[in-house]
Amino acid sequence: MLPLLLVISFGAFALIRLAPGGPFDRERQVPPEVERQLNAKYHLDQPLWRQYLLYLGGLVRGDLGPSMRYRNHTVNDIIAAGLPVSLTLGALAFAFALGAGIPLGFYTAIRKGRCTDQFGSLLAIMALCVPTFVAGPLLVMIFGVKLRWFPVALWDSPWHTVLPVLTLGIYFAGRVARLMREGMLNTLNAGFITTARAKGLSEGAVFWRHGFRLGVLPVVSYSGPLLADLLTGSFVVENLFQIPGIGVFLVNSSLNRDYTMVVGLVLLYAALLLVLNLIVDLLYAVLDPRVRYE
Amino acid sequence: MNSSVPPRPLPSAESATPDAPRRRGKFFAAGLSPVNSPARRAWTRFRRHRAAGLALRGLGLLVLVALAGPWISPYDPNAFVGGPFEPPSLRHWLGTDVHGRDLLTRVMVGARLSLAVGAVGAAISLVIGVLWGAVAGYAGGRTDSVLMRTVDVLYAMPTLVFVIVLVTALNGVLAKWEAAGAPVNVTHARGLGLLLGIGAVSWLTMARIVRGEVLALRARPFVEASRVLGASPARILFRHLLPNLTGVVIVYLALTVPAVVLYESFLSFLGLGIQPPAASLGTLIAEGATQINPLRIYWWLIVFPAGTLAAALLGLNLVGDGLRDAFDPRAASRN
Repeated sequence: MLPLLLVISFGAFALIRLAPGGPFDRERQVPPEVERQLNAKYHLDQPLWRQYLLYLGGLVRGDLGPSMRYRNHTVNDIIAAGLPVSLTLGALAFAFALGAGIPLGFYTAIRKGRCTDQFGSLLAIMALCVPTFVAGPLLVMIFGVKLRWFPVALWDSPWHTVLPVLTLGIYFAGRVARLMREGMLNTLNAGFITTARAKGLSEGAVFWRHGFRLGVLPVVSYSGPLLADLLTGSFVVENLFQIPGIGVFLVNSSLNRDYTMVVGLVLLYAALLLVLNLIVDLLYAVLDPRVRYE
Repeated sequence: MNSSVPPRPLPSAESATPDAPRRRGKFFAAGLSPVNSPARRAWTRFRRHRAAGLALRGLGLLVLVALAGPWISPYDPNAFVGGPFEPPSLRHWLGTDVHGRDLLTRVMVGARLSLAVGAVGAAISLVIGVLWGAVAGYAGGRTDSVLMRTVDVLYAMPTLVFVIVLVTALNGVLAKWEAAGAPVNVTHARGLGLLLGIGAVSWLTMARIVRGEVLALRARPFVEASRVLGASPARILFRHLLPNLTGVVIVYLALTVPAVVLYESFLSFLGLGIQPPAASLGTLIAEGATQINPLRIYWWLIVFPAGTLAAALLGLNLVGDGLRDAFDPRAASRN
């Protein structure tokens, strides 16, 4: 895992340097000596490999370096301020996606081919066709501006979380429902289900005790990347609802060539993804008796 | 990381299924319906999928309108032909936008662009993903680990950062060329950058799937036989392995197209894709979203482009679903 993170840090470092321009391009023209000072302060005057080694040195001590766009702020500061908000929003959206997606997928699977399945499946596919940047403005238009049920922006009370969480979660709820349905259908074809039925178990017991456990596996393996994505913030939702998370920084720092910030956030995402994938692998062993780890 | 859990192998459709009897009766000799080729079988099964058939027709209609519409429409998509923010009327069916441009014409032009980007982006992911996965799976050993670790690393990076950097880097290069006097059309060049950026991230899953399939296939006797006969690796790959992957690849490709269309819209929404006054569905939705305020809602500016995007995605997803059922050998037993 550590070597992979090392490679990723190097990849991100090299990638962002490939982009033309630098972090100080958007400032007003500064005299050359000031620019030289700035470059020296952030080690930008050194050869690339030294910059990377300096960065790694800080990284070992848990220091992601100073932000190059937001003066007097370190990357650690900005992440520490924004991450709790993004974590809350992401966790709530994740809970919504699973809470709505799993029952819908499960239900459509056990009612396969019936009217209810077709309606439910259409619902799930339609959720896949509404990207966040469409769902957001529409929800704001209807529930925020017209009906005035929920506040249209900011991040204060539980009331404020409703629209952002819905916006972020709808698409993924659709994905989860599709995966759940697919997984259940594949499981219900298996021989051990026939056995369970043959020995006289009730349909409910067959579905819940035997089917669900394996049928949920595709959702479990999708949960790793999904949660990593959601927890590191969403640019569209944070931008639309003026939520102070880190998703906005991920996009803006790549656009502004805030080198240290980009690498820091990429590392955060990668570490989160790797840890979550590990958890997913362990969950697999718990849920599927056929998987055994040495 | 995931190596301990083998991915559930996707059903390979073209693998010789002995359950299809070769019917060569009078009727079939007359060319009515030979049910013997796997592609034919998949097609019949696809046609039984009613939602997918409907979606395919709807999609065809959408493509037709998107292609022909801008010619039929009396308005130029970029000309100011009416007052700003006119609601839908007989003169402007979908109303006009902030500059008084005809929204219907712009939506048609935008849909054309979005669908084109979807098709080309998916094609790029097809070529890179299939070759990458097939080479990794067939070569095995160190080549395999190097290729697949690369995929792992790319997977672990946020796609958005990757695409943004790639798009801006390409635009920088193109701007430099243009400044140097090279005949570069900026709009086309930006589109190209966008396509390459999208293509660069969308092939990863395809590579993983294809590699898994090739790993399973290359252990089969017919591959061994052709190796014994002295076929070169390239020949085995292209003549024997790739044709067997058709089903899986088509299915996954059909699911990639909507993903790419969505991604293009998203990037254009962020302002990284198509530049105004050219329009894609994403930029139109973005323009509509900026016009939301508590005083006055110009609903048509967001509802129509978003509806078109949703309809296109719905069609593409349903067709993808139908194709998956059609190529899945187990699907027949499920019905």
